[in-house]
Amino acid sequence: MADILTVDRLKAYYLMNYYGIRREVRAVDDITMTVKQNEVYGIAGESSSGKTSFIKVLAAAIRPPMRIVAGSVIFHFGDRNVDVTSASPEEIESIRWKHLSYIMQGSMSVLNPVRRIENIFEDFAARPLGLSGRAFKDRVITHLAKLKLGPEVLRAYAHELSGGMRQRVTIGLATICNPEFIIADEPTTALDVVVQKDVLSLIRDLQKEMGSSVVFVTHDMSVHANMADRVGIIYAGRLIEEAPTRQLFVAPKHPYTAHLVASLPRIGDTTQRPALEGRPPNLAAPPPGCRFHPRCPLAIDICKKEVPPLEEVVPGHRSACWRWRDVEPLAGSIAVARVAESVA
Amino acid sequence: MKTYLLFALKRFIQLVAVVFAGCSVAFVVSHLSPISPVEMVIGRVSGQSSYSPEAIESLRATLTELFGLNVPLHEQYFNFLRRLVVVDFGPALIAFPRPAMQLVMLALPWTLGLLSVAVIFTWVLGNIVGGLAGYYQNSRFLKAFGIVAIGAQPIPYYIVAFLMVIIFGFLWPVLPISDGFSMNVRPGWTFEFIASVLHHSILPAASLTIVGIGTWFLGMRALVSNIVTEDYVTYAELAGVKQDRVVFSYVIRNAVVPQLTALAMALGGIFSGTIITEQVFGYPGLGSLLVRAVNGGDSALVLAVSCISVIAVASAIFIIDLAHPLIDPRVKAE
Amino acid sequence: MFSVFRDLLRYNIEFAIGCVFVGVIVIFAGLSFFSPFDPTQVYTVIPDRPPDSQHWFGTNSRGQDMFWQLTFAFRNTLGFGLTVAILSRIISIVVGLAAGYLGGWVDRVLMFFNDIFVAIPIFPILILFYFVMRSNLNSFTLALIMACFGWPFDARLIRAVTLGLRHREFTRQAVFAGMSPLKIMFEEHLPYVMPIIFATALANMIWSIGLEVTLAVLGFTNINIPTVGTTLYWANNHSAMVVGVWWWILIPVIIVIILFIGLFLLAVSLNEYIDPRSRLRRMGA
Repeated sequence: MADILTVDRLKAYYLMNYYGIRREVRAVDDITMTVKQNEVYGIAGESSSGKTSFIKVLAAAIRPPMRIVAGSVIFHFGDRNVDVTSASPEEIESIRWKHLSYIMQGSMSVLNPVRRIENIFEDFAARPLGLSGRAFKDRVITHLAKLKLGPEVLRAYAHELSGGMRQRVTIGLATICNPEFIIADEPTTALDVVVQKDVLSLIRDLQKEMGSSVVFVTHDMSVHANMADRVGIIYAGRLIEEAPTRQLFVAPKHPYTAHLVASLPRIGDTTQRPALEGRPPNLAAPPPGCRFHPRCPLAIDICKKEVPPLEEVVPGHRSACWRWRDVEPLAGSIAVARVAESVA
Repeated sequence: MKTYLLFALKRFIQLVAVVFAGCSVAFVVSHLSPISPVEMVIGRVSGQSSYSPEAIESLRATLTELFGLNVPLHEQYFNFLRRLVVVDFGPALIAFPRPAMQLVMLALPWTLGLLSVAVIFTWVLGNIVGGLAGYYQNSRFLKAFGIVAIGAQPIPYYIVAFLMVIIFGFLWPVLPISDGFSMNVRPGWTFEFIASVLHHSILPAASLTIVGIGTWFLGMRALVSNIVTEDYVTYAELAGVKQDRVVFSYVIRNAVVPQLTALAMALGGIFSGTIITEQVFGYPGLGSLLVRAVNGGDSALVLAVSCISVIAVASAIFIIDLAHPLIDPRVKAE
Repeated sequence: MFSVFRDLLRYNIEFAIGCVFVGVIVIFAGLSFFSPFDPTQVYTVIPDRPPDSQHWFGTNSRGQDMFWQLTFAFRNTLGFGLTVAILSRIISIVVGLAAGYLGGWVDRVLMFFNDIFVAIPIFPILILFYFVMRSNLNSFTLALIMACFGWPFDARLIRAVTLGLRHREFTRQAVFAGMSPLKIMFEEHLPYVMPIIFATALANMIWSIGLEVTLAVLGFTNINIPTVGTTLYWANNHSAMVVGVWWWILIPVIIVIILFIGLFLLAVSLNEYIDPRSRLRRMGA
């Protein structure tokens, strides 16, 4: 399958000058990765790891004080290549929503409170679809039906709908133009598990039906296990591991990932899980060398001085760790359980 | 629909209560005077020429009866309220025996006209320009406008009006600085009259606009700067919604709601500013009437103007309150 | 807090200009204590002299030295403004905190009064007061009356903040610990409300001084007390513009405009500093 997105050595920083104090927050620091067509790519990481900033760059949605300092983000839509970091506003306009759409975090406030749903759909989708009037309305109703929303939703205001309905409307908004590339930013955070399941299956069905690629950002590893084909882990503004989902869970090649994966509880398993010490680094003054070394149980001298490059250590599996060979799945993680099961 | 009518009814009751309270305050204040209005009139009358003591006595008796002062205070209050309902304030001293209400009704249209103009130019225009300034933060024209607005905004109405009189009265006399219309034009629905009215309203309206527009401009600009960071605006921009649609339907539309509330709160002040400005320009509205009444010792007229002012402002606030649920669908009409 | 002041002064140009303007005028008003002339006396110097080396601001038609006259005028005016601001702060704090925190019928009653005061246009009522009190209307009484009209808007603001605070954890804990409502209001909530108090106090000063000037010019206050407004009143009374004694009018007007702009800039920059979102916006280099 062809690539639909190529990110090359991307750097995006917050540059601030506040009452005489200069600050440079390195939210995205040298990320290189690709996404294929018809692929669900999960991005995992803690809060303030830089993952939201990263996808904001992908969605061409950054504003000062955040700026792109280096690198490129190129989308390949059919025979068009659009570099979001350097394209003209008109070019970006032409790919928005029709080829590239975004499901935002927090469905509560993404819908204009003083506008009816049908008008919001019109604002967002009429132009990219090139439809109007009756034809457009029918298209919207058909699409909403896929999301199990009736046509009475159209005349409503955002505050008149329940949280789950609002989230489905937002998904509907993002998918109605059949975009080839969808970015989903924590779409299930703040929803209860039942609604989560609904939303996730909706997204999955739509993705299969439209054949789009989805970049899925969430800190919830179970969602990745459920949805993603490949997963990339971002830590302190850097991509530190990337692998097909199963491989990532079963055989992680970075100590951070090992801990992340082990955090998923399993029914009946009472093994105590080791917690990482310390906290994520300050992105305005990150530690030298590997940014994870202050917390890493496997850290050695070189980790403190030199940044490990993100290399392919096993086919299809990249890791940024000097000691990737020594990384073992932790007690209590799924991998160990699977191995135990297969042995027993 | 029914909930809305119920809501309107509740607000109307509140309006009545406010008018009642406000006029009562005016009544109480006007009766605080250590000098009885009867004595004031007598003092002035006898200062102009001499009268026999019997004449003064009968004058006193008549006036006392006329002013309704021959009954105890709470009965006076009752009479006042009774007459308030039919808007009867008694005769105006400075234009005896014409009813004070008649003078007020003559002056009211001028004031309301100027007030409407003031609100339209300052609120509507100020909000639009402020909204654009908050959204297009890099426009130099809008920034310059902002600085001028900041400069003019804190200056009280009187001083700006005064300066305008100085500039246009003495330095550059191109616009009329007094009266509602030219003296040689007969009032009536003729083109000449209307043109003259408009001509004479330019300076007072301009004076009101200069002072007022700054407040709304700055408020709207700050409001819009915050709204622009809201999720739904960011999302709409992300989705490529056309910019003028975003500016008007997403940003300004949401910012108008708190500004409408602010307008209701500020109306009392705008009204005061209007009548102050009128006074400077000799505009034939309530302001000039009020000053003439005070200088003429006409307590009935002063009371009349005060009560009518309270009614006018409270009614305007009532109308704005009614508009609130229509503009903001989140507001429950209750 | 001093470092906040220093930061604002250095990086917020509006604050700096505001400080300079207001500071100059305060110093100017302070000079009144060194005045060689008694402000209530007239015809102490030769009238109608334009500004020269002997009389920096000239003299007026009443034979008073304008420079020293104005120092008194501004001292009284500033004092008046400060009095109104302080009095109305007290009222709005009490009302706002009580309405926001106690809620229920207390809130409803207070807001009802609030609505009444909002609907009453202040100017006719002030004139009414002058009408009945004539020369008994001294500065302090006027200040008291204005304070009674200057609280509604700010009380609402404080009430909104208090309503938000009421549901916060620390309030619940205080209630649980048995703190009396009064204590909670003044010890827990007041610090949150203080920044609003400062910013609105400045705006209130602008409003009250403006209104006082307006009333005085119309002759509706005690015209024997030298204030900015009464100076203009006397100037009008002696037809200063027509006669050509322009310095009698223009100089006080210019100085009072500087005062207003200065106070306004201070209010605006303080407001911007207090609101975290606008502070954040300033950060974007």
